[in-house]
Amino acid sequence: MSTIQIRGGRLIDPARGIDREADLWLGGGRVLAIGEAIEEAEVVIDARGMIVCPGLIDVHVHLREPGNEEDETIASGTDAALAGGVTSLACMPNTIPAIDTQGAAEFVVLQASRARKANVYPVGAVSKGRAGEELAELGRLVAGGAVAFTDDGAPVASASLMRRALEYAKMFDRVVMQHCQVPELTVGGVMNEGFESMRLGLPGMPAAAEDIMVARDIRLAEITGGRVHIQHISTARSVELVREGKRRGVRVTAEACPHHFTLTDETLRGFDANFKMNPPLRTWSDVEAVIEGIVDGTIELLATDHAPHSTEKKMREIDQAPFGIIGLETLLPISVKGLIEPGHLTWPELIAKLTVNPARLLGVPKGSLAPGSDADVTIIDPDVAWKIDPTRFRSKSRNCPFAGWDVKGRAVMAIVAGEIRYRLDSDEKKSTKHERPKHAKSTPTSSK
Amino acid sequence: MNLAPASTKAWHRKHLLGIEELTRDECAAILDTADSFSEISRRSRKKVPALQGRVVFNLFFENSTRTRTSFSLAAKRLSADTQDFSAATSSLSKGESFIDTAKNIEAMGADVLVVRHSTPGAPHLLAQHVKASIINAGDGAHEHPTQALLDLLTIRRAKGKIEGLTVGLVGDIAHSRVARSNIHALNKFGAHVIICGPPTLVPRSMEPLGCEVAHHLDDVLPRLDVVNALRIQFERIHKGFIPFPSVSEYLHFYGMTIERMRAAKPDLLILAPGPINRGVELTPEVADGPNSAILDQVTNGLAVRMAVLYLLSGRTHPHPHEHDDHASGIKPRQRSERRAE
Repeated sequence: MSTIQIRGGRLIDPARGIDREADLWLGGGRVLAIGEAIEEAEVVIDARGMIVCPGLIDVHVHLREPGNEEDETIASGTDAALAGGVTSLACMPNTIPAIDTQGAAEFVVLQASRARKANVYPVGAVSKGRAGEELAELGRLVAGGAVAFTDDGAPVASASLMRRALEYAKMFDRVVMQHCQVPELTVGGVMNEGFESMRLGLPGMPAAAEDIMVARDIRLAEITGGRVHIQHISTARSVELVREGKRRGVRVTAEACPHHFTLTDETLRGFDANFKMNPPLRTWSDVEAVIEGIVDGTIELLATDHAPHSTEKKMREIDQAPFGIIGLETLLPISVKGLIEPGHLTWPELIAKLTVNPARLLGVPKGSLAPGSDADVTIIDPDVAWKIDPTRFRSKSRNCPFAGWDVKGRAVMAIVAGEIRYRLDSDEKKSTKHERPKHAKSTPTSSK
Repeated sequence: MNLAPASTKAWHRKHLLGIEELTRDECAAILDTADSFSEISRRSRKKVPALQGRVVFNLFFENSTRTRTSFSLAAKRLSADTQDFSAATSSLSKGESFIDTAKNIEAMGADVLVVRHSTPGAPHLLAQHVKASIINAGDGAHEHPTQALLDLLTIRRAKGKIEGLTVGLVGDIAHSRVARSNIHALNKFGAHVIICGPPTLVPRSMEPLGCEVAHHLDDVLPRLDVVNALRIQFERIHKGFIPFPSVSEYLHFYGMTIERMRAAKPDLLILAPGPINRGVELTPEVADGPNSAILDQVTNGLAVRMAVLYLLSGRTHPHPHEHDDHASGIKPRQRSERRAE
């Protein structure tokens, strides 16, 4: 494996508080050094004007394999991840069949190693068949590679099952990730319940359905001492509940998705199912609260809830189209647009929420550029302007609500285990426009 | 053709998807054109060649009798070829998608698709995928524009105006496309709208649509010039969600009975979009009584649908000179000014 020198970039490693211009040396699949030259590298990447950071980590991805390979496969989904700068991801167990056994988890790990794209960590189901009745074999799931548990797609509706899961998962120090929503309050729901749903005549899903389960699960984590992670938090009240829970010392964490801090239920006015997801897009006051939670650390990480659905499934009557949107290839630019450009976060703060914080949640040895750590690196061009065009995505699906948006910032290279596995190709470069001065090199180039 | 020229000039749309996006002038254009067409229905020979050679398809993905029949008859009176398509006899049961079904029908040469569907936005989705004009004949709980227009026409004829009237929409507002379209339409014409029903069917959150919310009919009844008694949409109410304890209790609070009529203005106009549940929204004495305009609504519905078909087809007509005054045989009532509203 060749040694790589990434030269002249702005090196950001929030795990160690680093933000400075420095060279990064990789070799043998590991980070060799920062700064001083060790030896002459076989590959030199010019990263002047670029951000060089630990490979991004997305804790909430649906890869659809096994069962719905027409929507996405482990190979296509991990390819899309790399194009978005994501070098490690945790995939949800709502496949067919569900990832609820050691063998199923091992299948995911095996397919990911065959694909040789991004690292994949399976998340095991909480309950057998995700039916919400009996605990799955959590210990054997861990043996098969599971890093957390969830019945995502559906909540663990039963309070007693959730309590048992939180208690039992402590044995492995694994987190239980919860899609918080009281199912009885959202039967038939298509979008957020409020003025917009009333006006469109579409059945609504009230914010309270999320708030109630967030409150319940924080209390359950409190009495069990277990770790609960609130997935795709979307309401103002839920953010406040998590903030208050943390203040009391409860082991609760939360993630937010880019669509929940940039879009609202007003987008449903066109009846386009690409704006239909669960939890649904809420109101501007919820968006503001989610941003506030991101800024003050209540929400410590960002995740995509990448949920591919083929065009024929999405291009239907809105109540029959499935929930969910893809997000891996828009995570970075939409985070820049929603959080960096308005001044809510700095680049090191954003990168912390995409690297070290998700790594800590999953308990995986990723998200840092400390010498000796895995050589997973993302190189970002923070200034490149481009237009989002889902037809050019590597994901198999096109269900993206950001089509046509003019954005800034893009991953131009992804390195996994010391291998360059993604490089923005010359075709793509033509569709992007550089706004930086000419003396800075537009994209990384390698020699040798 | 020289039919209500001021009206046709106000109309430039390819589709009729909802009332909300229409201007007051556009609504008035349809009502004025409908007034002209009403005359045809009173003739012994009830047919004009305005839409000769055009094809109007009724695409009904949800049950309907009167709306479909009304559109069919309206198209026939304009000499269009009409064809009905209902979901029960279609390939939808074989798994064909809704959009593919519509595209197939368009490939048979349809110029206008009259679409009814249980999903809000379904006609809007079709409008993005087919070239034909789309008329929304009811999309879930969202809109039912021709129903609101025929309600307006009925009120305008009975009262001579719409502006300044207080109109009560009573019953299941939350699940009602008729309510939404009526609220938008009545607001455009300056009427005051009161929606009335139990909080489970008339949520406070509807107020910003432009209406007053009331839960006790007896409190607001004396102020009303028009009552539109909406049907309980049992088919849109989910299992496990029963919005009131019993039909008897509903009738007690909201049913239009003879006793209630005594507390109302003597010229209170009674409307109901139908089909009516006799004994739930209205007692038979009220439905068939002197204040009821329920059957006028049906007659006016035909004229409104003729007007809509005419205005949409006129816009997209490939040979605009083919049908002039002589060909149409219509001698429209000339309107130098619109009726006071």
